[in-house]
Amino acid sequence: MGILEVKGVGKRFGGLQALGDVNLSVAENSVHAIIGPNGAGKSTLLNCLVGKLIPDTGSVMFDGQSVLGRKPHEINQMGISRVFQTPEIFGDLTVMENVMIPCFAKRDGAFELNAFSSVFGQADIVARAEQILEDVNMQDKRHMHSASLSRGDKRRLEMAMCLVQEPKLLLLDEPTAGMARADTNNTIDLLKQIKQERDITMAIIEHDMHVVFSLADRITVLAQGTPLVEDTPENIKGHPKVREAYLGETAH
Amino acid sequence: MLGLNKKDMSLLLIVGALALLAPFILNPFPADSAMAQFNAGYPDLMQRFVIFGIFAIGFNILFGLTGYLSFGHAAFLGVGSYSAVWMFKLLSMNVVPAILLSVIVAGLFSLVIGFVSLRRSGIYFSILTLAFAQMSFNLAYSVLTPITNGETGLQLTLNDPRVLGVSQTADGSIPVTNLFGMEMRSTFEMDLGPWLFQFNTGYYLCAILMLLSFYLSVRIFRSPFGMMLRAVKSNQHRMNYTGLNTRPYTLAAFVISGMYAGLAGGLLASMDPLAGAERMQWTASGEVVLMTILGGAGTLLGPILGAGFIKYFENIFSKINDSVLHGWFGFMPDGLEDFIVTIVHPFVGKGWHLTLGLMFMAVVIFLPGGLIEGGQRIGKLFSRKSKKSDGGDAEHHPKQTPHVAE
Ligand SMILES: Nc1ncnc2c1ncn2[C@@H]1O[C@H](COP(=O)(O)OP(=O)(O)OP(=O)(O)O)[C@@H](O)[C@H]1O
Ligand SMILES: [Mg+2]
Repeated sequence: MGILEVKGVGKRFGGLQALGDVNLSVAENSVHAIIGPNGAGKSTLLNCLVGKLIPDTGSVMFDGQSVLGRKPHEINQMGISRVFQTPEIFGDLTVMENVMIPCFAKRDGAFELNAFSSVFGQADIVARAEQILEDVNMQDKRHMHSASLSRGDKRRLEMAMCLVQEPKLLLLDEPTAGMARADTNNTIDLLKQIKQERDITMAIIEHDMHVVFSLADRITVLAQGTPLVEDTPENIKGHPKVREAYLGETAH
Repeated sequence: MLGLNKKDMSLLLIVGALALLAPFILNPFPADSAMAQFNAGYPDLMQRFVIFGIFAIGFNILFGLTGYLSFGHAAFLGVGSYSAVWMFKLLSMNVVPAILLSVIVAGLFSLVIGFVSLRRSGIYFSILTLAFAQMSFNLAYSVLTPITNGETGLQLTLNDPRVLGVSQTADGSIPVTNLFGMEMRSTFEMDLGPWLFQFNTGYYLCAILMLLSFYLSVRIFRSPFGMMLRAVKSNQHRMNYTGLNTRPYTLAAFVISGMYAGLAGGLLASMDPLAGAERMQWTASGEVVLMTILGGAGTLLGPILGAGFIKYFENIFSKINDSVLHGWFGFMPDGLEDFIVTIVHPFVGKGWHLTLGLMFMAVVIFLPGGLIEGGQRIGKLFSRKSKKSDGGDAEHHPKQTPHVAE
C-alpha cells in the first residue's frame, strides 16, 4: 500500500478524455517519475491530486485518507506541496517573504490573525527561511523582488517554498524546465540531498531524461491519458512500447 | 519602541506632530489678510481632515493590502453615524459609548456584507459592495425611516429619553456632546498679533484617535497578517496551494476596514450629532477610493495625505467665487482681468470638481504610486544631488501594481 493511491481516475474536458483510467501507487519515501508526451495528461493528473480539479471517476487516497472534495489549502495541510509547471510565486514580495509565508502556514495552520507581532520578530520563522534559502543557494537574493528573478531562479524559489514546509509528498511539475544545465544539476543534487536527510516522497513530471534517470525509483509512462507501463528505470529504458510511444522521439 | 522599527517610529512621530500642531500649520496667513481664505485651521475643517484620514487609513488596509476594491465603504460610515446618534438620543451625550457602538455595529455590518461579497473577486466584488451600499442607502432613505428618519436625517430633539442625562438643559436647549464633561465644541482661541489660532476639544479627540488608528495600521502592515494580505493580492492561487485559507484573511481585512469606517462615522456624529442617508451614497464611497489612490494605495501615509487634499479642495477651493477672483486680478487692465477671471472661473468655486478630476487623472497617469510617489521622487532628486551614490532603499516600497484586483 503506497502513501498515494490513485484508482481508476478519469477526467474529461468537453469532448477530450484527458485522463482515461489512471491507476497509480506511489510507495512511501520513493521517487516516482511520470513521463509522457505533451498533452498526455500529466499536469491534469497532478491537478486532480491537489484539489485544483475534481476527477469525474475514481478515488485518490493520500496517507489513508481521501483527498477528493477537499479544498487546496486543506490538501496542503495534509502534507502535499506542489511546484507548478509555470512558476507560481508571490511576485510583489521579496524572496525572503516568499519563503516565510509557507513557514507561517506550516506553523500556524490555514488561518491565524497574527496582526500584532512583527514579521521579522519571529526568530524561528526567520531562521527556517534563511536556512532554506541557503540550501537552494539563493541567500544573496533574499531582498530582491521575486518578480525580477530569472525563470530558473523563480523555479528554485518555488521549490524552496515547497521544501520549507517539509511535505510528506512533494509534487514537481517539470522542475528543471527553463534552467541552465548547471542549475539542473544543482537541482538534482538538492533533491537527492533532501531525500537522504529526511522522509519524503516525490512524484516528478519531467521531460529531461537525465533528471528522470538520476532520481527516479519507478517510472510511469503516460500516453493519451492512460498509463502505458510502470516499471523501474532500467526496464523502462529498454521497453519497446515506451521507445515507440515516447523515448523514440526525444532520446538520441 | 512600541513594536515599531526606527523608520516607522519616526513616521508616527511626524504624523503626531503634524496632527497636534495642525491649528498652527493650517493657519499660516493672518486673519484679515487676503490670503486668509486659504487658511484651513478652523475646527470644523480640521475635524474633517482627521476623520476622513481615519476612514482612508482603514480603507487602505483592505484595498492597499489585498487589492480588493470596495465601492461600498460609505455604508459603514453611515451605519456608524446612525449608531452614534441613537446612543446620544437614548443613553448619554458622552461620546465614548456612542463611538464604541459605531465601531461594533459597523463591524457586524461589514462582517455580513464582506462574507457575501468576498465570494467573488475583482470587478464582481466591487459591484457587490456597491450594490449593498446602494441598498443600505435606499433603505435608510425610505423603508427604515423609523430608525433613520428618512430624508430629514436623524437628529437630536428636545424630548429624547436620555437614560444617563437630561432631555433638555436648564435653559431649554439640546445638550451638547462631551467627553466626560469636556464639550466637543469648546474651542480655545489664541490671538497672536494678526494671527488667530483655534484649539478645539473635538478636534484633539479626533486627532488622537487618528494617531491610534495610524499606529494600528502600521502594526498591521508590518505583521504576518499584513504580509499574508499582500500575498493574497500578489498571488491568491499560490496562497491556497501553500496551505492558507485566503477567505478569512480577506474577511478579517474587510471587517477591520469596516470598523475604521464606523469609527469615522461615529466621530462625525460626535462632532455634530446628526446623521443622514447621503453619508452612505455611492459618491461618498467613491470619495474614499479617490483619497486612497490619490495619496498612494498600499503606502502608510498616502491615505491621510489624500484625505487631506480632497477635503481641502472641497472646502477651500470651492469658496473662491468670481468676486474673490476679481479682487485678486484687480491690478490688471479691465479687459485682461475679465479674460483671466473667465478662464479661471470653471476651475474654482463650484468647479472645484474639475480641478480635482484633472489632478486625479494626472496623478494616476504620471504617478501611479500617488502623491507619496511624487514625494519620493522629489526626495530622491535631492538626495542624489547631495550624495552621488544612492543606496536606494527597496526595503518597503511595494512595487506598483494595477489599482484593481485581478
Ligand atoms: N482546464 C482544461 N480545460 C480544457 N482542457 C484542458 C484543461 N487542462 C488540460 N486540458 C487538456 O488536457 C490535455 C492534457 O493536458 P495536460 O496539461 O495534463 O498535459 P501534460 O501532459 O501536462 O502536457 P505538457 O507536457 O505539455 O505539460 C491537453 O490536451 C490539454 O489541452
Ligand atoms: Mg504539463
